[in-house]
Amino acid sequence: MAHQIMLAVIVLGALGIIFAVVLYFVAQKFKVIEDPLIDEIAEVLPGANCGGCGKAGCRALAEAFVKQGSMEGLKCPAGGDAVMQKVAALMGCTAEASEPQVAVVRCNACFTGERSKVHYDGLRDCSFANSLFMGENGCQFGCLGLGNCAAACQFDALVMDPETGAPKIDEEKCTACGACVKACPRGIIELRNKGRKNRRVFVNCVNKEKGAVARKTCDNACIGCGKCTKVCPKEAIKVENNLAYVDYRLCIACGKCVNECPTGALIAVNFTPVKPKPAEEAPKPATQEKVEINIPQPEPVEVKKTNE
Amino acid sequence: MGGVHPNDNKISTEAAIEQFPVPSQVVVLMNQHLGAPATPIVAKGDKVKVGQLIGEAQAFMCANVHSPVSGTVSKIDICKDPFGMAKPAIYIDVEGDEWMETIDRTPDIKRECNLEPKQIVDKLKEMGIVGLGGATFPAHIKYSVPEGKKAEYLIINAVECEPYLTSDHRVMLEHAEEICIGISILRKALGVPNAYIGIENNKPEPIRVMREMAAKFEGIIVEPLKLKYPQGAEKQLINAITGRRVPSGKLPIDVGCVVSNVGTTFAVYEAIQKNKPLIENILTVTGKKLPSQHNYQVRIGISYNDIIKHSIGELPATTGKVISGGPMMGKAMCNLDGPTVKGASSVLVIDESEAVRAKESNCIRCGKCMHACPMGLEPYHFSALIKNGRYEEAGAHNILDCIECGCCFFSCPANKPLLDEVRLGKNKYRGILAARSKK
Amino acid sequence: MKLLNISGSPHVHSDESTKRIMWRVNMALIPMFLVGIAFFGLNALLVSLVSVACCCLFQWLIEKFIMKVPSTLCDGSAVVTGLLLAFNVPATADMIWIVAIGALVAIGLGKMSFGGLGKNPFNPALVGRVFLLISFPVQMTTWPTVGKWFPMAFDTTTGATPLGLVKEGLKSGKKLSEITDMPSLMDMFLGHIGGSFGEVCAVAILIGAIYLLCTKIISWHIPVSFIGTAFVFSGILYLCNPEQFIDPVTTILTGGIMLGACFMATDMVTSPMSKVGQLIFGFGCGLLTIIIRNWGSYPEGVSFAILLMNAVTPLINRWCKPARFAK
Repeated sequence: MAHQIMLAVIVLGALGIIFAVVLYFVAQKFKVIEDPLIDEIAEVLPGANCGGCGKAGCRALAEAFVKQGSMEGLKCPAGGDAVMQKVAALMGCTAEASEPQVAVVRCNACFTGERSKVHYDGLRDCSFANSLFMGENGCQFGCLGLGNCAAACQFDALVMDPETGAPKIDEEKCTACGACVKACPRGIIELRNKGRKNRRVFVNCVNKEKGAVARKTCDNACIGCGKCTKVCPKEAIKVENNLAYVDYRLCIACGKCVNECPTGALIAVNFTPVKPKPAEEAPKPATQEKVEINIPQPEPVEVKKTNE
Repeated sequence: MGGVHPNDNKISTEAAIEQFPVPSQVVVLMNQHLGAPATPIVAKGDKVKVGQLIGEAQAFMCANVHSPVSGTVSKIDICKDPFGMAKPAIYIDVEGDEWMETIDRTPDIKRECNLEPKQIVDKLKEMGIVGLGGATFPAHIKYSVPEGKKAEYLIINAVECEPYLTSDHRVMLEHAEEICIGISILRKALGVPNAYIGIENNKPEPIRVMREMAAKFEGIIVEPLKLKYPQGAEKQLINAITGRRVPSGKLPIDVGCVVSNVGTTFAVYEAIQKNKPLIENILTVTGKKLPSQHNYQVRIGISYNDIIKHSIGELPATTGKVISGGPMMGKAMCNLDGPTVKGASSVLVIDESEAVRAKESNCIRCGKCMHACPMGLEPYHFSALIKNGRYEEAGAHNILDCIECGCCFFSCPANKPLLDEVRLGKNKYRGILAARSKK
Repeated sequence: MKLLNISGSPHVHSDESTKRIMWRVNMALIPMFLVGIAFFGLNALLVSLVSVACCCLFQWLIEKFIMKVPSTLCDGSAVVTGLLLAFNVPATADMIWIVAIGALVAIGLGKMSFGGLGKNPFNPALVGRVFLLISFPVQMTTWPTVGKWFPMAFDTTTGATPLGLVKEGLKSGKKLSEITDMPSLMDMFLGHIGGSFGEVCAVAILIGAIYLLCTKIISWHIPVSFIGTAFVFSGILYLCNPEQFIDPVTTILTGGIMLGACFMATDMVTSPMSKVGQLIFGFGCGLLTIIIRNWGSYPEGVSFAILLMNAVTPLINRWCKPARFAK
């Protein structure tokens, strides 16, 4: 009996040694020499593989950093400045400061109320529905409400609001990676600067129809009347193709235009509700406070001035 | 191979074709065909007559658009089509019914045609003829055979394998001679010895009528075909009549075939022999719950609401869907204020009991979609690939061969929206290919 | 007026549904159920009821509390699994509680752990059955005697299956011609033999199979190639040595070949989709069954053969693509 056990031990032990030697030589032969910096950079990147940088994933971005040797033209939008500073420290160069951004859904769609004109019964995919018809709300430009953006979001920041059936963005979670912007077949979502104290003014509509038609399509459509352009002190608002657009690089978030808008398409978010008029403003006091603390610098305003 | 057998529901076969009255305003869309939109050549306030050219084809893939009514151009603007998409359009306020003098409105049948093939094709282009089988492919492009290729067969698609539709059925019964003259003209334009009319076996009456008429003409053969959907799909029809198969990514002309819808041949007759541009469609108004069934000759540009109001008053309260085209390949409409266009073949009203899709469940890998697919594809596999965004793999499995006949969804016991997914995958894969070729 | 519906084409659907398919399979199982009760009495009824009830209960519990998805009980697939599992065990009093364990394994491990109906690679009823066979070898091979019609419940006498007799006989060095107590072919055909209570009666199985063929739920490819391969292969062996191998007719009438070929191997979820693939699948099942029967330690090999071929199904699906219309 003991003899048999010994034999088994010896045979297996010998096999183990032989394989170990073979493995060693194979490993030597096929060794890939990789810059350890790649691993270090990949470590500080968020690791969500959202693709916001335009690369295949976080590791691909880290490889690109190391290959290029500088940080020019490469950026992790999801990680933002904090991550870029860390990467810069590893790379031994300086990171350009950029303003924090947030995704903004520019549509006032609602799929649970009166606004629906037809009922969609097919594949729950925006880009398919976009090829099929105008959308449940009857607007050829507006949100389809089928959630491609929410599916694309890796950070749970964009979810479909069960009350309206339309996408809703959690500003705190949003990293501005831009995945939702790419996922939307109608280009409704835009990345905008977070703005000072998180206050933003923008046109909550992308309808390019003429005023009367747009109005018929949706109560809150931008009708391209141009009233907002007249009151803007910074000439930040342009009307093109019957649609106003607030340039976030010029806007100082004074909020004058919001009161001028006849349809409520222009909205201001995170303003303290001093002005009585805009009904759909609905700022959230709780988040507002938190966000104010989180935003580090009042610099953006200065940056804007230099830009001008 | 493949195919399914939906209930054919041809309940409007007995309704003779009526002339539909002209309403007070029509809206003529500028892209009623496959390709680029036509360019308006009239201005606001212009007076137009029936048959007058109002939109000119300037691109290669484009067709002329003519005024279907007489009156004044009230505006040139965009108009939402029946699917809610804005398109450039000409609005015309109707005044009287004054036709262009060149159009022969007599009921006499004109049999001789002395035009040369080139002249025929030019005239088809001038008259804005497009294929009326559904794709609205500009006819003058189809009938100019490209260099180095030769047409050997002219196949007339009178299969009408879609359930409910009866416009081709009625046209064959009422205009058999005109159709045969139209076929002879096309035969001449292409220089082919024989034309074959494919008709499905469930239409004995049209088969009899067309056989009798075809006997009086040279080189027209009527081929009764097995009852099966999609027998009338272009590639399946070519295969059934000639035994040839159009290779993947190729056109019928690559195997020497030209396929034309039977409605188109009637339009060709009217265009060539009577100088009448394509301003009218034969349109079926049908549905199980409708009080009456109709087949109309309708001017293009009339809104679907006008058609419904005149034919049945109003939609039944339990209407679930209103479809332009047949139930298998037609498109559900969401804006009934939208105007009809060239090639519109029906207003099909489906009751809500049939219109709502059943809840989707897990694929049970029964393979019914695969056996039903007339192109020999694997829809269940596409479904899985597309759900995971693997569009290129779907492309490698020949997703672009799909003819979107809908047999897969029709036969799926799990009610999976297979065709929706395949369409999505096709679009995405085409996008990938386009991006690649740009590089 | 209500809102119009919008969807992509097609706008009509055949009346085919998963639910209808599954309940039709249940319909097809009724003849075997009745014959089982006729031959094995109340035990057979109790085993089936416990099996079906447990399958349904476990599926409901798993869907409700673990997967947290809407219940799919009404599609009837749990009932199919329950019935098939019951048909594959001996109708003895012991089995009444053992089959409940089998139901848990069949539904929990065989089906729901993969995501429910349609996602399981192996036939759930067979997973349950094989689990029981390995875990409870004594109870699973203790067969009730057949003799009288409508026997009383809790009959404790035990008999043997024809295949068991053959295996025992050969093991003890006898030749086939020396095994005397084999039932007649007619008994085998009518089901008057020992065995799991669903598999004994070839007539009942054929009635069910013909119903499934007529309703186009199964196609002939798998049953024919399965039984055909078993017949031919065992025929060759029989011709080589009739003292060692049983004749082909007895081969296909005994054990689970008929039930397996018509109801277990044809399970849509776990069998190939293309016709050619189905022929290959049936061939593999038939071959493996005969190999296991003659050279394996178990007297019966249908369950193992089908499970092994289930594992190969994805590969077969990959090889056997439908012929493309346009090359």
